Amino acid sequence: MEKNDGQQLKVSAIKDGTVLDHIPSSQVFKVIDILGLSGSEHPVTFGVNLDSKSMGRKGIIKISERFFRDDELNKIALIAPNASVNIIRNFRVAEKKVLAIPETVSGMVKCINPMCVTNHEDIPTKFKTIVKGSEIQLLCHYCEKITDL
Amino acid sequence: MPKSLISIQDFTKEEILHVLDVAEEMEHNKSQTFLSDKVVACIFFEPSTRTRLSFETAANRLGARVIGFSDAANTSIRKGESLKDTIKMVSNYVDLIVMRHPLEGSARYASEVASVPVINAGDGANQHPTQTLLDLYTIRQTQGRLDHININMVGDLKYGRTVHSLLQAMSHFSPEFEFTAPDELKLPQEYRDFMDSKGIPYKETSDLREYLDATDILYMTRIQQERFTDPVEYEKVKNVYSLNASMLQGVRPNMKILHPLPRLQEISTDVDDTPFAWYFKQAENGMYVRMAIISYLLGKR
Ligand SMILES: [Zn+2]
Repeated sequence: MEKNDGQQLKVSAIKDGTVLDHIPSSQVFKVIDILGLSGSEHPVTFGVNLDSKSMGRKGIIKISERFFRDDELNKIALIAPNASVNIIRNFRVAEKKVLAIPETVSGMVKCINPMCVTNHEDIPTKFKTIVKGSEIQLLCHYCEKITDL
Repeated sequence: MPKSLISIQDFTKEEILHVLDVAEEMEHNKSQTFLSDKVVACIFFEPSTRTRLSFETAANRLGARVIGFSDAANTSIRKGESLKDTIKMVSNYVDLIVMRHPLEGSARYASEVASVPVINAGDGANQHPTQTLLDLYTIRQTQGRLDHININMVGDLKYGRTVHSLLQAMSHFSPEFEFTAPDELKLPQEYRDFMDSKGIPYKETSDLREYLDATDILYMTRIQQERFTDPVEYEKVKNVYSLNASMLQGVRPNMKILHPLPRLQEISTDVDDTPFAWYFKQAENGMYVRMAIISYLLGKR
């Protein structure tokens, strides 16, 4: 990390890789989890509570030398729908990706229903996403109950 | 993956009507032999004598043989065997599995693990699709049709899975509903949204007498203690409705009373001898409908 014009901390630039910006600060660690970055061999830098014109405070994650499939990135839309994704090549933004809410979600969320079979047997969860205005709900493939995000 | 019946929404309108037609055939000919080379497993991880007997009789009346257990207490499941391993093992022995299990979603999972068709005979508070099909069969039997029927559902409309499944299934047939429930047990919002999205009209009341005279099917339900997390809530509502013969003076002549049984005090025994009582016939119909479902899933009808 470096000090940037005395105003804000800036997470250092990367040469090649993926930059996830405009993540709510509270969700940064969840995004790290969802993308499986805690076991990453690539350099990962992140910041939370950074000043943002549009959000007030924001979080940012930069992953060097790592590019993700769309279905991996789209999982982030569930917890940070306004996150922006920039693909960096040779220090420049080579591509901007728009996150889409996935139709199904597997394995990353627990079913809220204590009587759901996924909470008793070794079964990965599976949900269908239902978008209700700005809210996203998850319909359990097994017990058919709704888990709010 | 072979075709299974886990949730009533697994069957299209055409499949529902087909199964009802086959059930009618079974009612006219109660002993068949075309499944004499088949073995059916009835595996009940929680006891339900009524449902198990209905399924076992259905399989026997088709000529199939039946294996299984009626309670998980004495099986290896108690010793910690996973559901997956149990289903894998059983599905290697038999041609079809009928399963009841206290966990919600267990039947869907079993159908994904099994190599043979699975019929859900109840997965906790979630689904019990054969009950719904026998309800539809009984409605058609008593009214001569399924379209444009007025149904008054009474009792536990909040937790009652038979109510929720029946209204989903009836949505194919342009019904009208009245919902009679105490405030604590009113129909959940998601089912109101469902009916609004299908343009199905419904009225609500907490007074059993209010719509009694304007209905074709009076669908009574038991208020089940085991669905309540709060015993105080249960005590408040457990005796809220009690139908007796004197209340049936002005009802439609074609009106029939259905109830998934067992009943408690919600239908007094003096109703049994009126021409409106149909719940015992409804239970009998369950056997024909289960014969039809087994035949259909095994590709024999
Ligand atoms: Zn679930």
